[in-house]
Amino acid sequence: MLKLDLDQNLVKRSRIAAQKITGAFNWLFEGYSSVAIERTVLRFMGIDGALEGGEPLPNIVVDHLKANNALGKGAAVWVANAMHAKGLSAQEVAEQVGSGQLNLSEIPLASAEELFNVLSPLTEKMLGHIRSQREKREAMFAEYGARRKPAIYVIVATGNIYEDVTQARAAAREGADIIAVIRSTAQSLLDYVPYGATTVGFGGTYATQENFRIMRKALDEVSAEEKRYISLTNYASGLCMPEIACMGAIERLDLMLNDAMYGILFRDINPKRTLLDQYFARMINAYAGIEIQTGEDNYLTTSDAVDKAYTVTASQLINESFALISGIKPEKMGLGHAYEIDPELENSFVYELAHALLTKELFPAAPVKYMPPTKFASGNIFKTHLMDAMFNFVGQLTGQGVQLLGMMTEAIHTPHLADRSLAIENAAYLFNAVKDLNSNLCLAPDSFINKRANLVLEQAVSFLEQVAEEGLFSAMAKGDFAEIKRPENGGKGLDGVFLRDQDYYNPFMQQMKQELGI
Amino acid sequence: MNDKIIRPYGDTLNDGKMQLSFSLPVSADAFGKEAARVLLLQMGFDSAEITGMRDLREGFTHFIAYAVTSTGVDTSKIKVKVVDTPVMDMEATDQYIEEHLGRSITVVGACIESDAHTVGIDAIMNMKGYNHRYGLERYRYFNAINMGAQVPSEELLARARAEKADVILVSQVVTQKNIHIDNLTKLIELAEAEGLRDKMLFICGGPRISHELAIELGYDAGFGTGSYSTDVASFIAITLSKNQGK
Repeated sequence: MLKLDLDQNLVKRSRIAAQKITGAFNWLFEGYSSVAIERTVLRFMGIDGALEGGEPLPNIVVDHLKANNALGKGAAVWVANAMHAKGLSAQEVAEQVGSGQLNLSEIPLASAEELFNVLSPLTEKMLGHIRSQREKREAMFAEYGARRKPAIYVIVATGNIYEDVTQARAAAREGADIIAVIRSTAQSLLDYVPYGATTVGFGGTYATQENFRIMRKALDEVSAEEKRYISLTNYASGLCMPEIACMGAIERLDLMLNDAMYGILFRDINPKRTLLDQYFARMINAYAGIEIQTGEDNYLTTSDAVDKAYTVTASQLINESFALISGIKPEKMGLGHAYEIDPELENSFVYELAHALLTKELFPAAPVKYMPPTKFASGNIFKTHLMDAMFNFVGQLTGQGVQLLGMMTEAIHTPHLADRSLAIENAAYLFNAVKDLNSNLCLAPDSFINKRANLVLEQAVSFLEQVAEEGLFSAMAKGDFAEIKRPENGGKGLDGVFLRDQDYYNPFMQQMKQELGI
Repeated sequence: MNDKIIRPYGDTLNDGKMQLSFSLPVSADAFGKEAARVLLLQMGFDSAEITGMRDLREGFTHFIAYAVTSTGVDTSKIKVKVVDTPVMDMEATDQYIEEHLGRSITVVGACIESDAHTVGIDAIMNMKGYNHRYGLERYRYFNAINMGAQVPSEELLARARAEKADVILVSQVVTQKNIHIDNLTKLIELAEAEGLRDKMLFICGGPRISHELAIELGYDAGFGTGSYSTDVASFIAITLSKNQGK
């Protein structure tokens, strides 16, 4: 069996350093909330829809409370209070706030017990629905069989959700296990979730609840016909992480891109806002049984895959540690890695094998998300197709969890129907050809691969220990991550972070924490 | 045959052999295959052979074909627009600017409008650059301001005006439904309306941008796939030096 001889002392030190880094944020997770978290609470209470101008009702209500300096108690309290006083549903309360008929903060507060009596059945109803979605997924995997490993993951990105459905159905029939619906490029910086179906999007469709519903329905139909459960994924990232996680939990998405630090480093979203939002978003994913995926590939798209290999490992360890705090189990952590090695480099495949094995062995239970060549993909589609085959070879050989298939036209356009089909053919061929190769091979103890993997781990450990000493925010401000400086109070969305009042209440977070044992 | 006229080469000069691949909304059978062949004949090919056919499901089929064309291209009539300034490395560019301009050049760059992909602008502007070529920030004679992703055209122009920029550098990576053309057009129209167009160089770049396209859209230069910071920096240094006093 192909197995590294990893220095176990380094493995131990890596975990200790990561825990020290992520364990320093209790003050944030327990003391603060954000507008995105409060909008999520409202969505869980059943508030949906938008005003005529497109402004979503959860935003209307949260902005209204913020303007009246009332958000510190949590949005749930004020909406429940209005429901109790006026005998309205949560949706009706939101609509009356939207039409200007109701000022929530002017209604005298009912007793804690009365509010609890309003919120308790709402919480149980919604969490019961999410549990039933989780059970439905588990039942379908039990009936049709577990997902293959590596799973075949392809994207659809037409910008029209109905066109996406056609392409997703075709891909599923050809063997795709996971369909990712690419998001409109501009969405990560929107501080609201758009409403309704997308038919004209750029670079993709918006992550909206309606789009989730349309694609889930189509994939359920194909799953039944193909006798294979087809998973659906989207992006709980940007300024609305927990809201998108909530919509995904309700509509039974199966995976979510949900990185702890991506928004800070690569979208210039405020560090406090991001860490706070990911804390609740991941809790929701944990509760819904959704597999998270992280974005380590981004470290390698501009930096060298050999020099900066350790940054991937370091980020994986931090992502794992933050995920554990939110109650995510290791088998639901799709940590990221990418085949971005320079094809001109001598022994590039050997380097990549070392890096891929390191990820696999450091996180044995994780369904690692393995990303394809993009940086060195070019207009030469034939060469790119060949690189994708090498990538598929490593993926199967090292037993990665999810193979995000490379497209030969990666550098040219969002995939055409045939591009996706050729990519699936490529993967199916390689996966089958080297299926049991791993169990026939072993590594020499003094081999380059063993030394290389240990060197990368050592670099990651020394980096993490330095960050642990310094503190994550301070290290980010100095530009220690991805060579980008991100100060604690810079970036977008800081004004949406607020200190909780003593009597702050978030019934969903409280119940989830209890059930998840965190 | 006129030796200025060339045709595709398979394995014999002027055999006109071409390799094609495309998908059609037809079934993967004899009917679909014939539909693909007829399409090629209608395109003007002398003969066409469908060598590969793959069922894409949901009523679509992918075809791989070889066809023969008798069409030729008269190379004496081909004209292309390319950036024709010589390319210098970082030291030579800095030295060139020192000698010919004697001052720093301010470049304001951004991915404009909906585009969130900073890979291109970062590769050209950021300190570390890309593939062993440092970005503009590293040059002694460049004052490089990278505004990052999703910058509205209005903001980019306002910043360029405030910084008294010599150059505006725009990256467009997302090209779905030709959004890059719309975005680049919007910027140049705004610049004209604000009277900024002739006050600075306008340069665009991205995987689907060519110099020719850039000129057509009203820019001074365009840099496509395979361009490095050295290409952009040399063009800026030489063009600004030449434009002095104009």
